[in-house]
Amino acid sequence: MDSDRREFMKIAGAYVVLTGAASLAWNHIVAGEPEKAPGYDLSGHWWAMTIDIDKCIGCGNCVRACKAENGVLLEPDCFRTWVERYHVHPEDPEHPQVDSPNGGYDGFKEKYKPGDGSKNFFVPKMCNHCAHSPCVQVCPVGATFESPDGVVLVDKTYCLGCRYCVQACPYGCRYIDPRTETVDKCSLCYHRITKGLTTACCETCPTGARKLGDLKDPKDPIHDFLKEHMIHVLKPEMATGAKAYYNDLDGSVR
Amino acid sequence: MESLLHSVQGFIYPDELQLQWSILIVLYPFITGLVAGAFILASLERVFNVEAVKPTYRLALLTALAFMIVAPLPLQLHLGHPERSFEMYLTPHTTSAMAMFGFVYLWYLMAVLVLEIWLDFRKDIVLTARASKGAKRALYRAMALWSDNISERSLRIDDKVGKFITIVGIPSAFLLHGYVGFIFGSVKANPWWSSPLMPVVFIFSAMVSGIALVMLMYQAVNWYRKTAVQMSCLDTIARYLLYAFIIDFSLEMLDLVHRIYEADESFKTLDFMVHTKLYFSQIILQIFVGTLVPIGLLALVQLVSVRERARRIIYGASGVLTLVGIFAMRWNVVIGGQLFSKSLLGYTTYKMGFATREGLLPALILLLLPFAILYLLVKLLPPWPEGDLARKE
Repeated sequence: MDSDRREFMKIAGAYVVLTGAASLAWNHIVAGEPEKAPGYDLSGHWWAMTIDIDKCIGCGNCVRACKAENGVLLEPDCFRTWVERYHVHPEDPEHPQVDSPNGGYDGFKEKYKPGDGSKNFFVPKMCNHCAHSPCVQVCPVGATFESPDGVVLVDKTYCLGCRYCVQACPYGCRYIDPRTETVDKCSLCYHRITKGLTTACCETCPTGARKLGDLKDPKDPIHDFLKEHMIHVLKPEMATGAKAYYNDLDGSVR
Repeated sequence: MESLLHSVQGFIYPDELQLQWSILIVLYPFITGLVAGAFILASLERVFNVEAVKPTYRLALLTALAFMIVAPLPLQLHLGHPERSFEMYLTPHTTSAMAMFGFVYLWYLMAVLVLEIWLDFRKDIVLTARASKGAKRALYRAMALWSDNISERSLRIDDKVGKFITIVGIPSAFLLHGYVGFIFGSVKANPWWSSPLMPVVFIFSAMVSGIALVMLMYQAVNWYRKTAVQMSCLDTIARYLLYAFIIDFSLEMLDLVHRIYEADESFKTLDFMVHTKLYFSQIILQIFVGTLVPIGLLALVQLVSVRERARRIIYGASGVLTLVGIFAMRWNVVIGGQLFSKSLLGYTTYKMGFATREGLLPALILLLLPFAILYLLVKLLPPWPEGDLARKE
């Protein structure tokens, strides 16, 4: 009886204290937290991705796996990750020929003959999970946010669909999902990595060109990778703190 | 989707195939610009005692209010989830330029425009309430906030407070539209937008468009009511329009010259766009038809003596061309900024629907809506001294 009364007082008290805007705000504070997995320590990780251009063969496995794992629409403008093919004449690096038929979903048909004096390579693209994300900065309601473990996520139940973040991303990594009318992007397979798994794209990459790394884990091989290779990020002049680290990235890549 | 894919030139990122911001987002800076400009013109009379533009003071305020009421509608219509837009007030993200829109808008609408109009019309409202019966009386009593006090002293206070609000209102009008420019100018990912000049250019183009609109409205209203236009008023407004236009055009040319001379990595891509996809809207409509021609016409009136009738035609023509030019400017900023890829390697095309949610039809309706609202406002609060309900009855 006593505990019943205490329970009632608690609930009634919350109603009285947290009325109107306050209770709404409280709901949003609670809703804003990233997904939790049992035993997963948010402050114990700082996620990043390494992409080795020399190893990418343009098979499109990552694109297909990402779409399947995350239920991404099979439309030609809906991608959480995609692969670009670069064809660069060494004397004219400012004008590379780039294509990405269906985002590389179906792989690439041979287009350039070897030995014509050009450079040809594939560049997988995805959200750079920037530490100073311009997309997070501009979101008017904070529906997109950087999680404490370094992943840029979107709260779809909160997104207005104003598309300011799509405009603000220098890398073209965000699109509007026509089913929900909200923004969608790479979540670094947050539902997987918080359970100790790797991302779908890394899991299915046959050459190990893409690797998930935890910069807070001193034993993670990412530290050696970053130390032993010539590393570059996309558009460093944007100063976004990009955490997709590319090995052997050509200067012609935009 | 297929036809869109075929219209792509060069390489674009997959998410750039369709434009994110449509003609509705073109309307947003266009309409807020008209509001800010009309208000600044109205303030001239009040703060700087420019007697000549007095006949347009109340009309300009009501015009600003009519457009202000419509300003957030294109944004609402554009949002994927308009029902969530109120979240911007409840949990604004303080680093977002856009999050501040709601507050700047509310401040300007309620604290500046509505209050100033109310103070200015309060005497008329009370007199109308006194002179009418039934529902009309109840309406005007409510509009007067059930106050019947129009003593000398209270009117003096109204005037003082009104003047203070106007003084606060001028920087607020600058804030409102400068801030709209900042929304675009602060996007570092987009070289067509990213410029510290953007808010300043937006403010001056707002003044240009607002002054042109009031100049046209003043002529249209007098034509409709078959009353005489005060030429001294029209001449003064036209002169202000010319001055604002010269500053606006100089700023835009400064931006252009700077881009051409610096010729950074984005220049070739943007230059190609201006000479192809934006040629008609930028070179022809914005710069030539919408800027050089009206500046030339307005300057002509200053340089040589032109007869009254011809002056009226010149003012009408240059007003219309100015509005076309400023609309084209908004179009070139918003749409132009999305036609090229952020990879700087290709271009996409804007396909505008007609009777779709973000198509031409809703855009036209939203452009006409302020005039319908203005018609109602004018019925409610007649802005002309001799047609004043209270004074007539």
